[in-house]
Amino acid sequence: MAVLHSAPKFASNEGVKDALSKALGDRLVEAREEHGEILLTVKRESVEDALRLLRDDHEYQQLMEIAGVDYPEREERFEVVYMLLSVTRNHRVMVKVSTDENTPVPTVTTLWPNAGWLEREVFDLYGVVFAGNTDLRRILTDYGFEGHPFRKDFPLTGYTELRYSEDEKRVVYEPVELAQDLRQFDFMSPWEGADYVLPGDEKAEADKEDDA
Amino acid sequence: MSIQLEESPTTGDEVISNYTINFGPQHPAAHGVLRMVMELDGEIIERIDPHVGLLHRGTEKLIEHKTYLQALPYFDRLDYCSPLCQEHSYVLAIEKLLDVEVPERGQYLRVLFAELTRICNHMLNIGAHVMDVGAMTPNLWVFELREDCMNFFERASGARMHAAWFRPGGVHQDVPEQLLTDIGEWIDGRLPELFGDAMSLVLDNRIFKQRNVDIAHVSKEDALAWGFSGPMIRAAGIPWDLRKSQPYDVYDRMEFDIPVGTNSDCYDRFMVRVKEVYESAKIIKQCIAEMPQGPVASTDGKVSPPKRGEMKQSMEALIHHFKLYTEGFHVPAGEVYVATESPKGEFGVYLVGDGSNRPYRCKIRPTAFSHLQAMDFMCKGHMLPDATAILGAIDVVFGECDR
Repeated sequence: MAVLHSAPKFASNEGVKDALSKALGDRLVEAREEHGEILLTVKRESVEDALRLLRDDHEYQQLMEIAGVDYPEREERFEVVYMLLSVTRNHRVMVKVSTDENTPVPTVTTLWPNAGWLEREVFDLYGVVFAGNTDLRRILTDYGFEGHPFRKDFPLTGYTELRYSEDEKRVVYEPVELAQDLRQFDFMSPWEGADYVLPGDEKAEADKEDDA
Repeated sequence: MSIQLEESPTTGDEVISNYTINFGPQHPAAHGVLRMVMELDGEIIERIDPHVGLLHRGTEKLIEHKTYLQALPYFDRLDYCSPLCQEHSYVLAIEKLLDVEVPERGQYLRVLFAELTRICNHMLNIGAHVMDVGAMTPNLWVFELREDCMNFFERASGARMHAAWFRPGGVHQDVPEQLLTDIGEWIDGRLPELFGDAMSLVLDNRIFKQRNVDIAHVSKEDALAWGFSGPMIRAAGIPWDLRKSQPYDVYDRMEFDIPVGTNSDCYDRFMVRVKEVYESAKIIKQCIAEMPQGPVASTDGKVSPPKRGEMKQSMEALIHHFKLYTEGFHVPAGEVYVATESPKGEFGVYLVGDGSNRPYRCKIRPTAFSHLQAMDFMCKGHMLPDATAILGAIDVVFGECDR
């Protein structure tokens, strides 16, 4: 397929997926190439090994980012995605592991010192624990914050709000009180996207079931 | 009356213990809301623990609740010193998922304005850095240039800072021809004149050099390991520029040089930025000279809206417009990581689409996060006032760092 977009063009992906899959061996769960990106899913326990291999033998010198993603419907709901960059081969790959709330992911601070904050961020926002990270404090949320705000089941408005109290002469924390509901418009076309029953349509569905 | 010799306060068996101070969060040299807990031995920094997140607004979570187009203005508000460059990563990420073609004029306009944003950003950083180490005048002079850039943004988009002008598929609207002429004249006249004047006060200044040369030396290996990018990695002597190595839009047609440092200190970081201003000026000139006529945004009605005039005549255009501004376009399922060279370094967007009209996840890779994390190791052993120079040379903006 011809590439139409003008997004950054790094070195060709040709053969990279197979070469890396072979090198990773049984550490690999799945290798995919989509939208011009190479995605390697590896086993959680061997992520440190796999990334060390990519760094030392395949010239992916830089860890640019660690992203957490939450898929609540999956058995292991969290994905941790490592973005690697090779400045010598001018190439990028993404390495993924999946985990749940309780299972720790091995830290990669042993490989890259900048993984420290990146892991702290994933821990803060998703609650993924990194085994071996000696400084796993919250980083982006407030001091004394509870919960992990980027989980899909955490409401957008949060649970607490704060304001300056003139009486107490300090900032006070209170439960969120909304004067009106948060406006969440659903613009999905009811003919294609909507996965709910439109008002009135429940009768039609019931009829169908009766017929069957 | 005999002469009394002044005695050092530490003579004898007194032991001075380390003490800890708070640098920020309300400190003008903290470039925003950064709190650094510093452990000092006298005036020597032993350890720094930067506390970030005081400006965390949950942008990524908000984006998950908006359509792709509604999420775009959030990117202006991340790094509010280089708004258009942040949008650039985001629109390219969407285009990569959609695989949509951007007309040439749109690509040229984006490159032109991304470079103008770079100049605008560097004007702020260069001025602020110089002021952090004690000089006042150059900051006021380069702010004049920043003001000019803002006026250009206003003439193109209607907004001085938060332009929201790059759109998936191109740019929002074409620019008046006069604007391109004016930018061209500015690049040839006012910019080199005023910027040259301001820099003539700084570059060979004895005090400025004393405050910056040999401060926070970072080796090539460290720069790679700590995830440095942008001017920080180039100052370390690695000629790594995404505009050159992973060109996007029409950067592959542009001729420009990558300035690199030799000593990897704060002075080199500063100088890399100064040189980059001239390189950006070169790119802008080429853009103006080569820019073709034609549409500025994709002609695919499913991605970019039709012209107002067209909507009056064509039913289909009207439907497209309605659908785009209510439901928005659907982006195929998949995930991409798109990083562009923002003025501060690699600004990346990891976009996960689930086939609907909203991003499932949009992770923003801020440039400052990795750089700031290295504060501890860069400052160790330096004096307390050096911390401001080091921080100034990192070029942090907390809107982006904290998201």
